[in-house]
Amino acid sequence: MIDILQIMLSESFWAASLRIATPLIFGVLGALLCERAGVLNLGIEGIFVVGAMTGWMAVWLGAGLWGGVLVAAIAGAGFGLIHAILTVPLGLSQHVSGLGVTLFATSVSYFTYRTALPNVSSPPRIEPFGALDIPVLSDLPFLGPVLFQQTALTWLAILMVAIVWYVLNRTALGVAIKAVGDNPASVDAQGLSVYGLRIGAVVAGSALMALGGAFLTMSAFDAFFFGMVNGRGWICIALVIFASWRPGKALLGALLFGAFDALQVRLQTEVGAFLPSQVFLAAPFVLSIIALVIAARSADYPRALLTPWFKGQR
Amino acid sequence: MIRIEPRDAPSRYWSIGIPILSGVIALLLAGIPLAFAGADVTVAFVEMFKGVFGSVFAFTEMLTRATPLIFTGLAAALAFRARLWNIGAEGQLYLGAMAAVAIGSGAIDAPAFVLVPLIMAFGCAAGAAGMAVPAVLKTRYGADEVVTTLLLNFVILIFLQYMLEGPLKDPMGLGWPQSPPILDQGMLPPLIERMRVHSGLVIALVCAVVAHIMLARTVWGFRLRAVGENAAAARHAGIRVNRTMMSVAIVSGALAGMAGVSEVAGLKGYLTADLSPGFGFSGIVVAMLAGLSPLGVVIAALFIASVFVGADSMSRAMGVSSFLADLVVSTSLLCVLVGGFFARYRFTRVQPAGGTAA
Repeated sequence: MIDILQIMLSESFWAASLRIATPLIFGVLGALLCERAGVLNLGIEGIFVVGAMTGWMAVWLGAGLWGGVLVAAIAGAGFGLIHAILTVPLGLSQHVSGLGVTLFATSVSYFTYRTALPNVSSPPRIEPFGALDIPVLSDLPFLGPVLFQQTALTWLAILMVAIVWYVLNRTALGVAIKAVGDNPASVDAQGLSVYGLRIGAVVAGSALMALGGAFLTMSAFDAFFFGMVNGRGWICIALVIFASWRPGKALLGALLFGAFDALQVRLQTEVGAFLPSQVFLAAPFVLSIIALVIAARSADYPRALLTPWFKGQR
Repeated sequence: MIRIEPRDAPSRYWSIGIPILSGVIALLLAGIPLAFAGADVTVAFVEMFKGVFGSVFAFTEMLTRATPLIFTGLAAALAFRARLWNIGAEGQLYLGAMAAVAIGSGAIDAPAFVLVPLIMAFGCAAGAAGMAVPAVLKTRYGADEVVTTLLLNFVILIFLQYMLEGPLKDPMGLGWPQSPPILDQGMLPPLIERMRVHSGLVIALVCAVVAHIMLARTVWGFRLRAVGENAAAARHAGIRVNRTMMSVAIVSGALAGMAGVSEVAGLKGYLTADLSPGFGFSGIVVAMLAGLSPLGVVIAALFIASVFVGADSMSRAMGVSSFLADLVVSTSLLCVLVGGFFARYRFTRVQPAGGTAA
């Protein structure tokens, strides 16, 4: 018990929690944006892979770190557009289309990587984002190491929470996006484009998801590996429900998740001898399922989620 | 102005033509990544064709590859028909395989006519249990089964690692994380001498026919389809929706578990963590290409298996990444989805501003 307290009071634990949470913050925000507009985006897992691969490859080819971030976002938006076209104007099954996009995005990424680097066993490394060293603030006790020695992408993730919150809650666009996910016919009656709003939200959300992937290769690690996304996208889909589709709660959910994950890594070194390491490996997934089951009862799904809407339909 | 309207009935012509067309288009589109990889596209296609139809051995290899895909394709097709989104066939496959080696590698010593059915029964039960959990979470707690089945895949894979390093580890395996072999009398017999194609294929075909009859001709099949088409209406008509969902989940999970049994007791003989190169997920593509029809699953599985085996062989011959196969498979899924739209809807030209179309 003392050990857990000691861990939870340490700076490195909270710094690690925020680091682990970063890709999830991007992913949950992206998924939230899509679902608020009424579209479930199961392409997320593949879009993470695309973001991780393209971002890393752009940097490796000399685009610079922010160039890589931009490339990742555009690539993610592109695959999001496929999902958007299939599910919005064509009104096809959001489940199957999303899985199709995940399979397609993953295989495009893997094929491109393998074709560019046919015989490489250890992938080439890039110089990833370093810790943002802000004078004075970085030297603050506790807060310094936890907050002010994170990389720029972690800051971007937190900034995105604020932006998405602002857009959804304080702008006319946000009202329209939320309305299109609840009652598309009413939006159409006001002369707004249901297709445009939904496609826009899915494309923007997918770009955010890709940034989560880019964080993996450009900040958490410095290279691309097969299977490195490892279910993070699916975890985000569970976290959105846990966050009841609110940006602030999404940040909280991702941080809680990051904290649990950081805790289990540290517990593993403490009590690893008594429990098989797989218990700790499985913990994040079991945790997500439990969170989902708890949240499911009171989940207030966007009312038109999964429901296609056709122009001319009343 | 162009308007989209639903067809009165899904066009029969389209619903058979579209999967075929989707497969062909996906194959043709593979020319783009092939050219990107610097390969001679025509030669690559010839190599792919030879990789499936070039010899009897190649063809039987394709049949071997199709066997688990028929099982996982059926698992997805039946579940999706009831709008139960079982995306967890990959995990259920491994549960079936683990049960098969747990029973079949010496725990029970019995003659083949007892041991083989026992292995299959335990494998199916394990797979069914794997799908029963998310089904209960769905019907009792309203937890979305898409997310739970997806996440359970990871939990089961990690559990598999634990079993292969611990309780199910082969003491004679030189330290490799693999299970002890299944007893000789527990193996599904091969169909042809010196070929790898095994009697799992026959079981898969029987399952497809049985599933077709169950779906088309029995009360259970009627309930399943009713729940899938309109759960609220089915409930109103007195069908116990949750109960139907549970039974579909169990059948679907059992079929996925049987895929694992067939791979481990028909082909490999022992279990490793790389038994399935994504058969669970390819099964979804198979089911969609088949238009969720059990007999269609057989044909779609043969097609997808041909893509995998052909692309593998081409990739060995020409040095193009074998991820090409996954690319073709996922493209065909997207194509068949778009095609499904044209089967159900048609475009009609309408007069702008208060035209007569209605």
